[in-house]
Amino acid sequence: MKFKVSPKLEKEIDDRIKNYPEKRSASLMILHAVQEAQGYISQDAVEWIAAKLELEPINVYELVTFYPMFRQEPAGKYVIKVCRTLSCALGGSGQLFKHFCKKLKLDPKKHGLQTSKDGRFSVEFVECLASCGTAPVMMINGDFYEGVTTEKADKLMSKCK
Amino acid sequence: MPKEHRLILKHIDAEGYTRDIKCYMKNGGYKTLEKVLKSRGKKEGDKKYSPQEWLRQEVLASGLRGRGGAGFSCGLKWSFVDRRSGKPIYLICNADESEPGTFKDKQIIYKDPHQLIEGMIISCWANDVNLAYIYIRGEFVEGAQILEEALVEARKKNFLGNKVCGTDFKLDIHVHRGAGAYICGEETGLIESLEGKRAYPRIKPPYFPAVLGLYMCPTIVNNVETLCNVKHIAKMGSAKFAALGTPRNTGTRIVSLSGQIKNPGYYEVEVGHATLGELIFDKNFGGGLLDGHELQAIIPGGSSSKVLRAGEKFKVKKPGPDGKPVETEVDLLDLPYDFDSLMAAGTMSGSGAIIVMDDSTDIVEALANVAEFYAHESCGQCTPCREGSLWMSKALHRLTHGEGRKEDRAYLQRIATNIQGRTICAFGEACAWPVLSFMDKFGDEFEARGEAHEKAKETEVGGFVPHKVAASPDS
Ligand SMILES: Cc1cc2nc3c(=O)[nH]c(=O)nc-3n(C[C@H](O)[C@H](O)[C@H](O)COP(=O)(O)O)c2cc1C
Ligand code: SF4
Ligand code: FES
Repeated sequence: MKFKVSPKLEKEIDDRIKNYPEKRSASLMILHAVQEAQGYISQDAVEWIAAKLELEPINVYELVTFYPMFRQEPAGKYVIKVCRTLSCALGGSGQLFKHFCKKLKLDPKKHGLQTSKDGRFSVEFVECLASCGTAPVMMINGDFYEGVTTEKADKLMSKCK
Repeated sequence: MPKEHRLILKHIDAEGYTRDIKCYMKNGGYKTLEKVLKSRGKKEGDKKYSPQEWLRQEVLASGLRGRGGAGFSCGLKWSFVDRRSGKPIYLICNADESEPGTFKDKQIIYKDPHQLIEGMIISCWANDVNLAYIYIRGEFVEGAQILEEALVEARKKNFLGNKVCGTDFKLDIHVHRGAGAYICGEETGLIESLEGKRAYPRIKPPYFPAVLGLYMCPTIVNNVETLCNVKHIAKMGSAKFAALGTPRNTGTRIVSLSGQIKNPGYYEVEVGHATLGELIFDKNFGGGLLDGHELQAIIPGGSSSKVLRAGEKFKVKKPGPDGKPVETEVDLLDLPYDFDSLMAAGTMSGSGAIIVMDDSTDIVEALANVAEFYAHESCGQCTPCREGSLWMSKALHRLTHGEGRKEDRAYLQRIATNIQGRTICAFGEACAWPVLSFMDKFGDEFEARGEAHEKAKETEVGGFVPHKVAASPDS
């Protein structure tokens, strides 16, 4: 198997498993940890996690395909998630999303995650991010940005090096 | 003019208040836990309550209703827990906060995590729980870190661990992250997800969490705000808590206001002390609509609740001069914002999220947006929900892309009617209700849109109108 984890990550994973009476419960937390470290969940990662949790690979793979946050391919260095849902739509998230697509030469009509040619940015429409009072809302990797105008979006992007 | 009553949000956003345990304890934090652990129970007439039983009794007497969506009595829910099975009892805090329009739990998690943790420890103690989880939505990356740090702090101070505050009570709490699926907010889907599976909701009966929950053990699932309320009930006593709000709708509620208003945000009010109109228009709250606009519609309790149309009138029962309830007609804006009044108006206060739409909003686009959410989020177990949510979204996509038909109104109505009541979980209703209520209250607009699209096509040069061409096979 090509898949390798650092000793630090493996320790984190082992600690996570101890938090549950049944190993299988740790699968989402492990998938998060692996995706954070490696950018995506490869087939090898699925098999490694399954072995770790004494499961069949399908038990892990079916999670990767069910939960929208997990991806099977690498994404850009900065993943931008723009909220699509009603309150943000009323606040202009459609325009914000189109703005990103235009700047990065992506297709606003396409569903799912798209990555710019240089691999720096990925953009995606997601559902309500629980910050509807400050629409439109978006995230860059793990961080929230609220009340994002197109000017603010440009500034944020220019800070992503 | 009604004002905010900050019980749970008391310290949140206050100057100098930070989320660490030091600041929390400086402001009286964990004092309630210490008090509760030393309590001795109660004797009432012939009945003797153990300290734990007494706290459960207090929660019941407080009238606290769940803040996650259904508004079910918290004390009653706790009373269903199977305490004789010999199996461990689990408690899960539902921090999935995924109902569109809702952003209240986030404030607590990010700004005052120890309040939630203290509420959880007290609730666990009262229910003989030794292991609990916080199920937090995956996108709250920082929120999960904040909670984990707070849990470490609490462990260091012995509020968690093998000897909570030096007593024999043992408890640990862990954070479990979701990964972007709305259905994880549904309590049985949440449990499956916590077991490391796809979040497929379980059918009730038999899988009531109170009996067959996490690992098929008795389990309590409560919302973040509900668990914070438990702390305040333990602190102030049920009578004082119940004096807040109105008799069947006690305590306070954090309302999430969003959409086309001047001051969107979160506001904590005594339940039923402010009307929908006050929440939207008063300067203490929403501050009114954007200049030059008029109200068109309100979604009063998260996107799953039935929409209300500006100008609607409702018959609700109000206490008359002699105290007896009399039926009175009230305008939509005069509805007190509480569980029962909104139910009487045919909708619900759900997660406490009010979404306001003014006359600049295209109502067809609005429903199309909501329907797309549900089509994306159906877990796919039940055919009516999986297919129906998609069909509805497709029909609405047509109606917003020049391809609508006059009969789409009836079509949408029929599909939604066929989903509700025929599914494993309440997502079926959650996706049907918006469609049914929009058809009910704005149906003419949908019909007109479809008709206009058909007309436009007929007049297109060389337009292809299949149902007219194929009118008669003989001609
Ligand atoms: C489709 C669906 C989504 C839900 N999402 C949430 C949620 O995000 N947060 C929440 O607390 N409850 C949510 N609920 C309600 C939970 O199933 C459950 O009733 C609640 O967590 C119980 O807590 P409470 O009694 O304290 O309100 C949802 C229910 C359904 C049917
Ligand atoms: S109603 Fe929908 S979301 Fe709920 S179990 Fe069925 S398919 Fe899944
Ligand atoms: S609708 Fe965008 S954060 Fe809720």
